[in-house]
Amino acid sequence: MKHLLTTKELTRDEAELILDVTEQMAEAVTGREVPKLPALRGRTVVNLFFEDSTRTRTSFETAAKRLSADVVNFAAKTSSVNKGESLRDTALTLQAMGADAVVIRHPAAGAPQRLTEWIDGAVLNAGDGTHAHPTQALLDAYTMKRRLGSVEGRTVAIVGDILHSRVARSNVWLLTKLGANVRLVGPPTLLPKDIGEWPVEIGYDLDASLKGADAVMMLRVQRERMHAAFFPTANEYARLYGLDERRLKLLPDHAIVMHPGPMNRGMEIAATVADSPRATITEQVTNGVWVRMAVLYLLLTNGEAR
Amino acid sequence: MTDLLIKGADLIGKGRKDLLVRDGRVAEIGSITAKGAETVDADGLVLLPGLVDLHTHLREPGREDAETVHSGTRAAAKGGYTAVCAMANSHPVADTAGVVEQVAALGKAAGYADVQPIGAVSVGLEGRQLAEIGAMAQSAANVRMFSDDGHCVWDPILMRRALEYVKTFGGLIAQHAEEPRLTEGAQMNEGAVSAELGLPGWPSVAEEAIIARDVLLAEYTGARVHFCHVSTARSVDIIREAKARGANVTAEVCPHHLLLTDEAARTYDPVYKVNPPLRREADVAVLRGALAEGVIDAVATDHAPHAPQDKDCEWAAARPGMLGLETALSITVLALGGPSAVDWDVVAERTSRTPARIAGLEAHGRDPQPGTEANFTLVDPAATWTVVPADLASLSRNTPYAGMELPVTVQATFLRGRATVLNGKIAEETTE
Repeated sequence: MKHLLTTKELTRDEAELILDVTEQMAEAVTGREVPKLPALRGRTVVNLFFEDSTRTRTSFETAAKRLSADVVNFAAKTSSVNKGESLRDTALTLQAMGADAVVIRHPAAGAPQRLTEWIDGAVLNAGDGTHAHPTQALLDAYTMKRRLGSVEGRTVAIVGDILHSRVARSNVWLLTKLGANVRLVGPPTLLPKDIGEWPVEIGYDLDASLKGADAVMMLRVQRERMHAAFFPTANEYARLYGLDERRLKLLPDHAIVMHPGPMNRGMEIAATVADSPRATITEQVTNGVWVRMAVLYLLLTNGEAR
Repeated sequence: MTDLLIKGADLIGKGRKDLLVRDGRVAEIGSITAKGAETVDADGLVLLPGLVDLHTHLREPGREDAETVHSGTRAAAKGGYTAVCAMANSHPVADTAGVVEQVAALGKAAGYADVQPIGAVSVGLEGRQLAEIGAMAQSAANVRMFSDDGHCVWDPILMRRALEYVKTFGGLIAQHAEEPRLTEGAQMNEGAVSAELGLPGWPSVAEEAIIARDVLLAEYTGARVHFCHVSTARSVDIIREAKARGANVTAEVCPHHLLLTDEAARTYDPVYKVNPPLRREADVAVLRGALAEGVIDAVATDHAPHAPQDKDCEWAAARPGMLGLETALSITVLALGGPSAVDWDVVAERTSRTPARIAGLEAHGRDPQPGTEANFTLVDPAATWTVVPADLASLSRNTPYAGMELPVTVQATFLRGRATVLNGKIAEETTE
């Protein structure tokens, strides 16, 4: 692995290696007085964020620092779409500064892939447009593994705005690769066209899709979507596709409730559900740091010196 | 001007003839010996009437860093073209007599191909107020074709009025068929590939809905409409049915829509970003069939040069469009069955005669006869070439065919008897 751009391009072995190393990272750091490993000492990791995302940036920053890397936060508020500096010029600048890895978050799908053409360091996709968010999917898989014992053979319902969700796309490829059954659930307006070939079940009825699910992943839905006629009102969306207490009871007892955050309480998820013991939302955040440590470590050391 | 003797050219694939050119016109066809004439050995070469492009972006005035009339017509000559129709989306927009006359004058000065300006339908291509279509028609540029290309004439009342208005002088509207609300933010063909790549989809129905509407408007008003860059199988169906009813409609297809598919977007390389977008394999097959059959009347390049910074970026930030003039003939031949199987008469029909007729360019698209203007090109059907962006005559480099080996080379192009290209190279002295 030179870069991590999508989960689709990962082999099953690579995905499982990342999850194994994630576990090792968690074990190595948890409970230590100084929660730091020396693995990436002297390496520079640049966080190149073209979108505001304090959560993801902080997670990557924490992960890199726990591996003793030097972290540079490069907040590029305006992309070339807004006539700021072009992505290529930014890339050439980072290249000249000698970044060993660039963690990029960008509103344009494919921007991380373009970046690999301009810099020598490892490129780690921290979310590109509605395309991919591989570390989110990896931390979701890791969370399932911890809470459910395995991913293989499990049934996962991903609910909501699939069309605009890079989290959903990355989870589809990763979870099916790891042997899970994936159900995509949402109104037809929020499902991409022509996904008949995807290795998933597609449903419009949330109640039906919750039956027998081991995990349900609720996606954030932007209220503004109603202005583009994706759904009539936030209330109707919540009624048809929100996870409330009644629907929680439709799930098997062992099933977990996931959300990549940030949540719209009362929209896609009821507050009581979000705060219930079955919700793994804060655990996902913790696991995100381990996963990002694992990925940074594997990309920057080729897994040597383990 | 000394006489020019073309020896042994295969005239549009119908047999070898010699051809004598005097004072810019064909003087004689047959078996000719002419002393003192400059002789071009055309053994093994096919002679085609000079190609005519209905859809060229020359970028001048306004974006001379991407292309000029001079560089664009040099690219045209190298591709076998003797006439190009320059689209109106320059800066300033070609929406007045002054701008279209300027573009025509630049074409004359360059001398590599005749440049026929296309006028804008609406002021500033904004789709609100009709441009001074009559003034452009009566100008020295003699504009007959009008288009807001790059933008759809979306407003049905503006489209109706424009269609009616151009009837006064037998003009036509070339429609960029794209329902704007259905393509807001669209980046590539909507389908399985866009679903995976997370690039906002450009539904085929956005094109088909406008074509269907404009077919009906053309029939209702009795006016002429021409559809630019038709890209979907259903569009072909609609046009086929319209023609069967006798509607006064014509259509063009671009070479890239005859060869490339949306799979190319997987690279996220914006060299493959184009409007309308690259479609599915099934669309390519239908477009090829429709071109062979004549439901699609013409090949048009939609030659769209862009400066490096407009393509060397992320997909969403890139401008749509690709180069086409220097590769169009090769790809047309490929799409029509390849150099050994192709019917050269069909090639001549789709790349020269019909587009010349649509654009009203009477001196072009004519098979050589004694008395016709000597506008033709000599192509080598047996040769192949590899597309090297740096070798192109265009100022820009945004060809999607870089590194591809293509059939058929243009050996020579003649505009009124004067070589604009000879031995595969652009002739540098060009003043008439």
